Amino acid sequence: MINHQDNHPIAALSQPEQECLRAIAGCIIPPSFKYGIPGADDPAIFDDLLASIRRDGDALRNILATVDRNAGGRLADLAPTERCALLARLRDERPGFFSVVEALTSRAYYGNDAVLRSIGMEPRPPFPKGHDLPQGDLSLLDAVLRRGKVYRDADVSGHSV
Amino acid sequence: MNEPVDVLIIGGGASGAAVAWNLAETRMRIVCLEQGDWPRSQDFPSNGRDWETRQSEDYALSPNRRGGIADYPINDDGSPIKIANFNGVGGGTVFYAGHFPRMHPSDFRVRSLDGVADDWPIDYSTLEPFFEINDRMMGVSGLAGDPAYPKKEPPMPPIPLGHTGEMFGRAMNQLGWHWWPADTAINARAYEGRAPCINIGHCGHGCAQGAKAAVDVTYWQEAVRNRIEVRTRCRVSRIETNEDRMAVGAWYFDANGEEVFQPAEIVIIACNGIGTPRLLLNSACERFPNGLANSSGLVGKNLMLHPYAMARGRFDKQQDGFRGARGFMWSMEFYETDPQRGYVRGYCYQFTRGFGPATTAINGMADNLIPWGENHHDAFRHYFDHQAGMVSICEDLPEEINTVTLDPGLKDSNGIPAPRITYRIGENTQKMLDHSIARGTEILLAAGGTDIVTRSPLSHAGWHLLGTARMGKDPKRSVVNEWGRSHDVKNLFIVDGSVFVTSGGVNPTSTIQAVSLYISDQIKSRLHELFD
Repeated sequence: MINHQDNHPIAALSQPEQECLRAIAGCIIPPSFKYGIPGADDPAIFDDLLASIRRDGDALRNILATVDRNAGGRLADLAPTERCALLARLRDERPGFFSVVEALTSRAYYGNDAVLRSIGMEPRPPFPKGHDLPQGDLSLLDAVLRRGKVYRDADVSGHSV
Repeated sequence: MNEPVDVLIIGGGASGAAVAWNLAETRMRIVCLEQGDWPRSQDFPSNGRDWETRQSEDYALSPNRRGGIADYPINDDGSPIKIANFNGVGGGTVFYAGHFPRMHPSDFRVRSLDGVADDWPIDYSTLEPFFEINDRMMGVSGLAGDPAYPKKEPPMPPIPLGHTGEMFGRAMNQLGWHWWPADTAINARAYEGRAPCINIGHCGHGCAQGAKAAVDVTYWQEAVRNRIEVRTRCRVSRIETNEDRMAVGAWYFDANGEEVFQPAEIVIIACNGIGTPRLLLNSACERFPNGLANSSGLVGKNLMLHPYAMARGRFDKQQDGFRGARGFMWSMEFYETDPQRGYVRGYCYQFTRGFGPATTAINGMADNLIPWGENHHDAFRHYFDHQAGMVSICEDLPEEINTVTLDPGLKDSNGIPAPRITYRIGENTQKMLDHSIARGTEILLAAGGTDIVTRSPLSHAGWHLLGTARMGKDPKRSVVNEWGRSHDVKNLFIVDGSVFVTSGGVNPTSTIQAVSLYISDQIKSRLHELFD
């Protein structure tokens, strides 16, 4: 329900927790040779991910503990293909279970300069430059106007409270 | 104890700002107590490279997630729709999309026209002059001539339809359905000293450009220049009354956590449909054992939240994506009652553009459109900047079982009981949601959409908080009279969305502010007989 007051501690993940998280991030978004971009387990991207963990710390720790338990100890000790296969099975069995990790991973990954350039985005904040948009063709409204009024008159004396 | 004031306004959001501005010309001593701070536009997420992260942290919609100094916890476990708000000067307008439709004439006569709920004691024509004042004060962009409304003249031209709006406009024409550029409280050009919109997007987490009409940059600027005091970080806990059953002021916790009394001749509550009943219920005392202004027993009842549904598709042509305001075009095709649809009343569509890259990935994974693993990259590029859709805003009818009460255990940082929400979606509203998903899917298909995703209701979208202290002429069936004064406490007024008798099927801010201006106009014109 409520996670209020002092609800965003930034206590660092332990080393084993970090290794588990990094293994998951690498399975979610691996590097792409086709697009020449790193995966979400890239050191710089992963540092950004770690730095962004605030309000989700407790939920994240629970997920990591569950994953390690299902890995029979430590996910990071499995071979990469085995890790991803295990995670895929867990994700199929428990829809939504990884949503916190997916969100943290996506936000860190799609904030990286190289990744943003590869998808055609200029790596910058939206403000102050903004964006251009075409006004659009308002003559399309002629068809709407031809139909005429579409609201109801309501000049009836009421049954008010 | 502080120096007495003539008027004490509690809450610095959309309605509190409007009432303050409108009363300024009386030259009365007016103080507004606001539990939050003045927002700082340089802190808004769109200033930073990590804007998508910041939107889910300090600028998250849910007060329970933010947990900021100004926020109070809300127990919404008993509702499928979770509460969204912003606590600070500007209130919800700091976070709203600036989508600015008025309620329609029929919305004030639902009993007479459709046999459900109740009519309002006022009507569209009562509010029409105040809608016009409000459009001018806020700065509304739009296009005159919308056949879904009586005549109105927005002071600025519409904001861009963009590629996405044009595409949906053609689809709507193909279906023969109504659409129109939305009225938006966003500057299409420089207006009253505020800069024009530069299509930053992300209006819903604070406008760094100041082009969106949050009331901290509109009404409050003029009100403060007119010597109205806004006292921030002051959280009101209860309103005090005397043996004559009149309000004498309010107790509040200041920034240091000290409890202070502010005496006042008139008290005006502007705390929204949750904060207002919370305050009234917490003001229970020997004279008012069931809560202040609650002889009807209706304080906190009839909560209306406007359930939303969403439909989104993928299009071959590149869309506007994360660029531009999210509220730019509406449809009122299904707004008025049509008995053949199997429900009464209706909804509007607000068309929406796409998302930033992280949100595209998060949604795509949740919707099983974008996989984990090597195929993630191709799938992401397939959807990024190629999605668009709409949300439906469904009229929620008042039902007494939908309530705001005081939580018996949960308290805020000052020890004030938190509000508890008990809410369920009514049968009529559910049919409306289903209808809007079906018609929305038709629109997406007509526009050439594929990979259509729908959600109903949107669980995070409880940002329209209405009906919990409704207005009416009958003291047994309403909390305030037809001009906003409490039936029970003759110097106590309520000006926020709590007083709504019904909800309409549109974003309510324009109407909330028109009601607030109307009530403050009544106060001014009745000053010599205000407490009779």
